[in-house]
Amino acid sequence: MKSIQASFDIPVLNNISLSVSEGDFLGLMGPSGSGKTTLLNLIAGIDRPSNGKVVVGGTDIGALSETALAKWRATHIGFIFQFYNLIPVLTAYENVELPLLLTSLSKAERKKHVEFALQVVGLADRMYHYPKQLSGGQEQRVAIARAVATDPTLLVADEPTGDLDKQSAEEILTLLERLNKEFKKTIVMVTHDPRAAEKAHTVRHLDKGELK
Amino acid sequence: MRILKLMFKNTLRHKLRTSLTILGIAIAVMAFGFLRTVVTAWYAGVEASAANRLITRNAVSFIFPLPLAYRDKIARIPGVETVSYMNWFQGVYIDKNQFFARMAADAETALEVYPEFIVPPDQLEAFKRERNACIVGADLAKQYNFKIGDVIPIEGDIYPGRWEFVVRAIYQPRDGKVDGTQMWFHWTYLDERMKQEMPGRAGEVGWYIIRIHNPADAARISEQVDELFKNSRAETKTETEAAFQQGFIAGTNLIIVLLNFMSFVIIGIIMLVLGNTMIMSARERTKEYAVLKTIGFSGGHLTKLIAGESLIISIFGGGLGLALTYPIVGMFSLFVPKSWFPIFYIEPSTIVLAGTAALLVGFIAALFPIQRAVRTSIVDGLRFIG
Repeated sequence: MKSIQASFDIPVLNNISLSVSEGDFLGLMGPSGSGKTTLLNLIAGIDRPSNGKVVVGGTDIGALSETALAKWRATHIGFIFQFYNLIPVLTAYENVELPLLLTSLSKAERKKHVEFALQVVGLADRMYHYPKQLSGGQEQRVAIARAVATDPTLLVADEPTGDLDKQSAEEILTLLERLNKEFKKTIVMVTHDPRAAEKAHTVRHLDKGELK
Repeated sequence: MRILKLMFKNTLRHKLRTSLTILGIAIAVMAFGFLRTVVTAWYAGVEASAANRLITRNAVSFIFPLPLAYRDKIARIPGVETVSYMNWFQGVYIDKNQFFARMAADAETALEVYPEFIVPPDQLEAFKRERNACIVGADLAKQYNFKIGDVIPIEGDIYPGRWEFVVRAIYQPRDGKVDGTQMWFHWTYLDERMKQEMPGRAGEVGWYIIRIHNPADAARISEQVDELFKNSRAETKTETEAAFQQGFIAGTNLIIVLLNFMSFVIIGIIMLVLGNTMIMSARERTKEYAVLKTIGFSGGHLTKLIAGESLIISIFGGGLGLALTYPIVGMFSLFVPKSWFPIFYIEPSTIVLAGTAALLVGFIAALFPIQRAVRTSIVDGLRFIG
């Protein structure tokens, strides 16, 4: 990312340049309103900077059309939300299958991917449970399975442990660590939690839109 | 899992709301179908008109007669195949509420010009043989339980006196578009009584029915007929049967316009009902749509999801409404005398129109929610608190 600026009514990010290497686990910390989530959204291609470039894996995502950007996200990004954001009317299996519907995989291939992703997060036995039948930690694990189902290049996590108790949070962080180490996923994680940040290889601090 | 499954799951998310919306659409489609059926019934006479039949009546008004002597002159015009004639008899059977068309017809030619009235040959012969015989339609026979040999007593009003007609034939309408509630008797029977009781009214014909060889000659023959009797005591007006029937309902045009208007107001109501449901559903799911977009769903995917859900509701509602229209129209036919609306059935075009309207409403109702879902940025969608 080179000299990016993001502003809405007021500037949020000022001249930030950030480079994340492949396989890295970057933690972004900072007080509320510092622009962490905005930076994460820019990296994930769900928001566009007012100025500057966001290049992910060699693609200048700011230059992509909305449709191309949606396709790019489907292929390259796995997003983990603070509040899981599972679709309540779909089972764990169906939630994980969602991003795979956008691929050309057959039903059998999709099944393999979903089962593997749920196995990785340790929820193979909860496949046909609906979100309301799962605990917060289990919901977040399903959300992580959904994020990794398409085998994306980059995982972005916005306060993934923010809504969880200590034990569940620890499980999620261990899982992210495993995804990074074992599956070589590049992870950018926004967090307030110093214990979460400890898991990251690199931690950068944002304050008033400036990266330190 | 397919997108379709997600559409169905979304549709069933609020079962009560979806059910009420489907019911609302069903009632509206049923009302639409029923009103269209009434409008169709109104125009049934025009629809059933034959292209090769012309009607010649008195140019001043339908209620003024024409001389019988015109018959032979009309018959000599090239292109004319058969000339028949009729008089509106009316009269009172049982009481004034028992209405059905009673006409004096030329027994020899009436069924030649109206081949859609199918009479068994033996009954036709029996009818022709007996001077006070009559033919009744199968629907009329069913309504009043008339059987061959029954006597129908009628108190005359246009043609005063007590009249008795013996049922000698029962005609079957060729198809659903043909009126099965008419009663015809010999014109000569009427004329004989007129000669005896009101000689001034003898030899009078209400209107002529002209069967022509080629429908393309209708304008020419009409002109020639009217030209024949120009400046006579009874000038004529000749027109196609469809135009003649149209003239009868011209006075009720305002009612038809209102019925048509009402049927389209109903479409508007369906649209509001479904539109409201879809707007509420889409608004509640603003965050979910943002999540789907984050995952990689495009505007096109969301369009399919929302339009699909709207269409599922409109198809179910429309289907239920159409299914309900049949029993409602059936019940109406049972309770309303057949002679009021001799042709009262749901036309295929009504089904097509109501079905198309339901589908169209499904699409239109989804437009605003689609526009909102597609245009709302992911960031705003994720922040949305519904």
